Parts: sequence; C-alpha cells; structure tokens
Amino acid sequence: MPESLYYFLQQLLNGLTVGSTYALIAIGYTMVYGIIGMINFAHGEIYMIGSYIAFIVIAALAMFGIESVPLLIFAAFAISMLVTSAYGYSIERVAYRPLRGGNRLIPLISAIGMSIFLQNLVRIAQGSRDIAMPTLVTGGIDIGPQDAFHASLSYMQMIIFAVTLISMVLLTLFISRSRMGRACRACAEDLKMTNLLGINTNGIIALTFVIGAALAAIAGVLLGMYYGVINPYIGFMAGLKAFTAAVLGGIGSIPGAVLGGLLLGVTEAITAGYFSTEYKDVVSFGLLILILLFRPSGILGRPEVEKV
Amino acid sequence: MSRPLLEVSGLTMRFGGLLAVDGVQLSVQPGQIVSMIGPNGAGKTTVFNCLTGFYKPSGGKIIFDGREIQGLPGFKVARRGMIRTFQHVRLFSEMTVVENLLVAQHQHMNTSMLAGLFKTPGYRRSEREAMERAAYWLKRTNLHEFANRPANTMSYGQQRRLEIARCMVTQPKLLMLDEPAAGLNPRETDDLKALIAELRDNHELTVLLIEHDMKLVMSISDQIVVINQGRPLAAGTPDQIKQNPDVIKAYLGET
Amino acid sequence: MIRTNLKPAVISAVVVVVLSGLLMGVRLNQDGTNLTLVGAGPDVYWKIAIAAAFIFFYNLFRDHLAALWKAMPGMPKTPVQLIEASKKPILRRLFWCFLIALAILWPFISNRGGTDLATLVLIYVMLGLGLNIVVGLAGLLDLGYVGFYAVGAYGYALLAMYFDVGFWTGLISAGCLAALFGFLLGFPVLRLRGDYLAIVTLGFGEIIRILLNNMTWLTNGPNGIGGIPKPTLFGLEFSRKASEGMQTFHEFVGIDYSSEHRVMFLYLLALLLVLITLFVINRLLRMPIGRAWEALREDEIACRALGINPTSVKLGAFTIGASFAGFAGCFFAARQGFISPESFTFIESAIILAIVVLGGMGSQIGIILAAIIMTILPELAREFNEYRMLLFGLMMVLMMIWRPQGLLPMNRPHLELRT
Repeated sequence: MPESLYYFLQQLLNGLTVGSTYALIAIGYTMVYGIIGMINFAHGEIYMIGSYIAFIVIAALAMFGIESVPLLIFAAFAISMLVTSAYGYSIERVAYRPLRGGNRLIPLISAIGMSIFLQNLVRIAQGSRDIAMPTLVTGGIDIGPQDAFHASLSYMQMIIFAVTLISMVLLTLFISRSRMGRACRACAEDLKMTNLLGINTNGIIALTFVIGAALAAIAGVLLGMYYGVINPYIGFMAGLKAFTAAVLGGIGSIPGAVLGGLLLGVTEAITAGYFSTEYKDVVSFGLLILILLFRPSGILGRPEVEKV
Repeated sequence: MSRPLLEVSGLTMRFGGLLAVDGVQLSVQPGQIVSMIGPNGAGKTTVFNCLTGFYKPSGGKIIFDGREIQGLPGFKVARRGMIRTFQHVRLFSEMTVVENLLVAQHQHMNTSMLAGLFKTPGYRRSEREAMERAAYWLKRTNLHEFANRPANTMSYGQQRRLEIARCMVTQPKLLMLDEPAAGLNPRETDDLKALIAELRDNHELTVLLIEHDMKLVMSISDQIVVINQGRPLAAGTPDQIKQNPDVIKAYLGET
Repeated sequence: MIRTNLKPAVISAVVVVVLSGLLMGVRLNQDGTNLTLVGAGPDVYWKIAIAAAFIFFYNLFRDHLAALWKAMPGMPKTPVQLIEASKKPILRRLFWCFLIALAILWPFISNRGGTDLATLVLIYVMLGLGLNIVVGLAGLLDLGYVGFYAVGAYGYALLAMYFDVGFWTGLISAGCLAALFGFLLGFPVLRLRGDYLAIVTLGFGEIIRILLNNMTWLTNGPNGIGGIPKPTLFGLEFSRKASEGMQTFHEFVGIDYSSEHRVMFLYLLALLLVLITLFVINRLLRMPIGRAWEALREDEIACRALGINPTSVKLGAFTIGASFAGFAGCFFAARQGFISPESFTFIESAIILAIVVLGGMGSQIGIILAAIIMTILPELAREFNEYRMLLFGLMMVLMMIWRPQGLLPMNRPHLELRT
C-alpha cells in the first residue's frame, strides 16, 4: 500500500477516536432536547468536570501507591460518573426545573449562567493552568510495513472505541428494554400526556440529565487520558463540537448523535491532517451552518411538524 | 358563474403513515360564504393549514385569485389576501387592542428604516392611515372603547371580535375563520352571524368557515362542504346538505 | 412538615458535598511530570460545610420560608422606577434631561481617571443597548455579540492601516461591515429555532477570534494592531504636535495643550454615540418593525398568518444590533489605539449579556444602570476580579429564577388611539 493511504488511514483512526467521544457528549444534548426541547448549555462543562475528577482520582490513588492501571481507570470512570451525575441532576433542578413552561429564552440564559459559573468554579478551585498527566496506557499495534511509514492504532484508542461501544450498547438496551427507558421514550413523544398517565415526568427529565452527564463524564475521562492535558476551558469547545455533532445527525435522535459525532471527528481529523490544525474548528463550524441551511433536521432527524 | 376565488383540487396531506386529508375538492366563488363541516378529527383544520401555507400539502393544487399557491410559506399566502383565524384565540395579548391592529397592517406600511427614523411625510401618512383603518374597524366591531387596553383584559367574545377586526385591517380577499363561534353564548353568536353576513354584503368579502354550530352554518352559508375522515363527502347548498342521506348518516344523524 | 422535608434535606446536603468535595476539596498540583494532590485548606472545607448546612436547613424549612416570603411586602419601588412608571411623560422627560445634563457635565466635575472610567462605561452602555435590541426586543439570544464588536474594531483598524481611512469614515464603515456580517450570519440561522441561533452565534464569536488570531498576514495575529488613529474633531487633532497637513485642537482654539482634552473629547464622543443609540432605539420601538418584534415574541404563528415575514423582521433586529456593536468596536479601537484578539473573548459576550439580563430585557435605563454597576464594581474591588465571572454566572441563574424581567423591567411606549 502506498504511503498516502496509510496517512489517510491514520487520520481516519484519529478522527474516529475523537469522534466517538463527541458522540458520547452529543447523546447528552440529544436526549435532553428530545424530551424537553431545550439545549443543555452547561453540558460541555460537565464533560470538563468529568475530566478533572478523573485526574483527581487517578492522582489520589497513585499517591496511595496503587499502580494497577485497570484499577485506576475503573475508579476514575466510577467516581467521575458519580460526581457528574450529581452535577447533571443539580443543573436540572436549579437552572431548568423552576423555569420550565415560561419564555424559552429564560432557561437558555440561566443555563448559560450555569455554564459560566461552573467554568469559573473549577478555575478558582483548580487554577487556570494546563494540568498534564503521565500516560497510563502506552503502546499499540502498527498497521502496515515496519520499516516505512505506517499507520498505528494505540491501545488507548482501542480502549476509547471499546468503552464507547459498550456505553452505546448499554444505553440502547436501557432505552429499549427497561421500564424507565420506556418512560423516557414516552416523555419524548408527549410529555404532558405521559404525566397525565401517572408517570413521574420530573424524575424522567432529571434522569435524562443524569444519563447525559454520566456519558459526558465517560468522554471526559477518555479524552483526558488520550490527550493527557486538561484546563477549565476545554468544556466550551467540546460542548460546541458535540452540539454540532448532535445537529449534524439530527437532534433528538440517539443514533444520529453517534453518526454525527463520528462524521465530525473524521472531518476534523482530515482537515487537520491535510490543511491546517488551526482551521479545524472553523471547518466544523462551517459544517454546522451548512447543515442548518440545507437540512436543519440533520441526517437521521425527522422534520418537525409545527403544531398550529 | 364567474371565476372562483379559491379552487382546490385533489388536496392531500400525509403525516407519516396517516392520510389526514385525501383528495379534498373546494371551489369558492367571490362574495360567497362557504362552510366546511364534518365530525371532529375529520381534517378540516388540516385543510386550513394546507391552504394557508402552514403545512406543505403532500399533493393537490390550490389556485387562489388566479395563481397557484400550494407550497408557499404562510406569510406569502397571507400577503396574497388569504387571512385566517385559529381555533384558539391568538392575539398579541400584552399589546393593546389598537396595537394588535397596527401590527396586522405591517405589510401595508412604510417599513423603511430611514423613513421611520426621520419621520418623513410619507411615513407619517402611512402611520396615520393605519391608525384610521384601525379606528374604523374598531368601531365596526364595537370595540372602540377598549382601543388602548391590553388585549388580554377583554372578555372572550370581545377577543374573538378583535381577531376578526385584526384580519379585516389587512384588507383580505378571503377570510378564513376556524370555529369562530366556539365558546360564544347565543347572543354573541348572533352578533357574529350578523357581522359575517355584513362583511360579505357590504365589503364584498369572501368567507370560508369551519364551524360546528349547525344553526349558524345553515342560516349563513351559500355553500357547504362536508368532510369525513379526510375525504370529501358532499357539497351543495344548505338545503341539499340537510337532505343528503350520506351526510345525515355520517354527521347529523349522530347528534 | 419538617419530618417530610428531612429526607430531601439530607439528600441535598449530601449532593452538595459530592459536588464540591473532590472538585474543590483537593487541588491538582503539577510536580514535574508527576501529578499530586494537595488539600485545599481549612477555609475551603468550612465553606463546603457551610454550603451543605445552608442547603440542609433551607430544604428543611422551605415551607416556612415560602410562607415568610409570601407574608413579606413587595420590594419597595426605587425612585428611578417610580419615575419610569409614572404616567406623566413630562416627569420622565425631566428625568432624562437631568441624566443627560449630568452626563455632559461629568468630565468637567470629575478627574481624568473618572472620565476615562466613564468612557468605558459608555462603551458598555452602547454594547448593552445594541445587544438589547436583539435579546430584549426581538427575543433572539445572541451569544456571539462580541464577534460583531471585533468586526467593527478590526474593520476600522485595518482600514486605517491599509487605506489611511479617518475615524469618521471608519466609524460608518465599521458599522456597515458589522451589519453585513450580522446579515450574512442571520440569514441562514434565523429561520430556525431560537436555541440554534444561540449556539451558532456562540460559534461565530469563537470563529472570528480564531480567524483574527491565525490570519497573521492580515491582522498581525495575536500581536494585534497598534497605532490606530485617534478620533478628530472636524479635522482637528488632539495631540501635542499636529501630523502633516493637520491642525491640533489646542492651537485652533488658542489654549495650552493638555492631554486631558483628549480624554474629555473621547468621553463626549462616546456620550454622543450613546445618545444617538438611545434615540434610534426609541424611534425603532414606535416604528412598525418595533411593534413587529414584540408581536413576534408573543406569537410567531399569528404573525405569519397576518403576512409578516418572521425571518426578515428578526434579520432586521439582528443586523441593527450588529451595527451598533460595529460602532462601539470602532470607537473602542480608536480610543485604545491598539487592539488584539484578546479583547474579544466569549467572556466579553457574557458580560454584555449579563448587563442586558441584569438591567431588564428591553429596558433602556436598566441597561445604563447595569453597565455602570458591571464596569465600576471590578474597578472598586480588585480582589473581586477573581470572582467576577463566577458571580456573573451565578447572578444570571438567580435573576432568571427570581426576576427574569430584570432589576428595572421594560416600560414599553404604547401607541394610543386618541378618540
């Protein structure tokens, strides 16, 4: 195989890696949107907090002399998901629930405020400088000739793919099989009616925020270990990207969020690999505008029928 | 017969697998009052939404005032002179009564930014004319004394009348009323009937009506179209409809 | 009552500890390549404990508190509110005259620092008023307002650098350029739902900053552009020595040079721009488009049924709002003499939005007041700066919960039918 093909393969792999974490964050946007028809603006900050908690847990365990990498990663996932779930729940309670049903602008503004608040809370508590972590998972496999240019797939990337895949499968099972999942789907269909049928819709809405937050935490842990560097401002761009992914795939649709995330990740990696790293954000944003122009319902979304 | 103002043929609206409107025909002559009746859920309001551009019909042809309008966005249809009300009152409730009527004249007014900033004579004239037209229709609908009150402080019947006044200031060719008598008491319904008839007789207005009040429909309509389960069932004068066995079976017989 | 509240109270206290315990209780410390943890110190632990206790007792006695809250008389009306609310237009006019007179006299009664600070306040007033057209009047959430501000500032700076354009031409061009950007961005997005607009504008603001940072050949990148020409008064410069073919103000009037003249001139210029903005907004409110904005906020479907094109009406608000940001940006560039992408971050957008939210969406006087508070507070208390954005965020949430209409809600002029 020629060198250029390996280069392309490498970009593709990198793109799919980042893209699958976008997909995880995008699911949070899409689920909340599907039920209450609003965007959770503070979602990007949840991802950032997830990363911080993971770093704190890993650093703490390392200080106690625990060096088993699987244990470290597992603990990071567990505690990070627990804490961010509390954040997702609190955001819903504070910034959304009291404001439901009124002017649509009001919960949007309060969520923006929440996002600014969380970002600065972390900045004050943890400092605004970059924090780097030594790589936990090293090595990988090479694809192609050893002596010439080849593509490589690191073990960390494999972990990202595997964890993403497992999370998606579990989420799909939960939504399609469990009682709570069924209630979620009913709420997405018709919130008022579901409430009249005696289902605790407030609980279901809170649950959606919690699930979204937990998935964002998974993305935060994975991407934090993949890049190895975090700061309080990473949530902002990640949130923007994941939202783009959700819109690209069709907001409200979970498979759409996954597809959108992967597509966006690959687009970015290709832009960065062939044109310039600086402009990859510009390209993904341009993509968002183009979708909104030509297919506002996204790839898998249903066009909305207005209730007149 | 002269050329119809509104001619609808084969109108179809599909929502996913549901065929809500299926091959509806409609022909409205200028100066007529045409009513659309049918059981609940028959698809009458969906027909309205298709005609006025709120839904894009899946099929069929709508010719209004000599031009095809199917697929046009709602505001463009409205600018051609097809103005509608809704089943529920949709006033700008925080604005005053007269402001409601001014907003409705937006398309006829001088909306140039510079003209407004410098209050040019043309702009002043357009504002004055709009105010005069609003005052005229407030008098006609007996709402003159409420002109400067917020719209949501009025009674339901008054709000219904204001909606019609708000339609009339746009100088429509075809007025489409979606259940205008719903929730009105008998006296208010009589007033409404007189108002609609008067609009037709003295303002050469054409009216398309959705209504459940059979007394109103039968006494006021020139033509009646019956729709059942999205399909046209019958059409004719009130007397013909009253005697149509299909209609009696599907609709009148049930009540 | 208390017993039923005990469980939720305990749960919420635990949640507070979970939320803050790890994230705030310990601090990540970069030790070479190693990552270690240090405790945050007893003061932070106390704060967490107090927060948890507060939430616990709040939830425990929430019913009592609600009853207390209801029993309390309404907030006393502030004098400003009284005058705004008063039915007599003459009083309102007098109040505004007094305010404007005070503003004009300010540089003569204050010192140089005070005038300079007031100029900064005026820039934020202008930005707040401009964003208010978009958010408060048209009901569109624009999170990238700073993008248009940057377009205005860079528009003037680049025109001056490459084409030697003067301030006044630059001012008009910057406004037009920002309006053009607003139009081009709004056109595809305004047809869609409000939340999309919020995110797209957020992205737009970021992209403008990224472009300014990376298009080094044009904008000098992160180093910024310096030597931007100062405003002139009918061709008179405010400097010690006139540049070629020009005259200075102090020579023309025949007084000694003082650098304070320029500060005062800049202040008065900003004041003029603010007054023009106020005039335009007040006119807009009474024009058909102003009525259409309100109607659209109330019921978009009814508007469409009446032949109003929602997209073009919204686009009007978006474009006008953007042009005011452009004017403000141009003035900012001329005042500073130096601009860099650093000045146009999302934080700036958030501050402007906070001004609009605090002031009361749609209210003129409220925005002026909020701009004064927001600009002067950080100057008064330096240590406050550290917590400024934190408090802004918190304030935005709390305002939306308790007083979404702002401190001084809007009092829209109603057009009356005279009988």
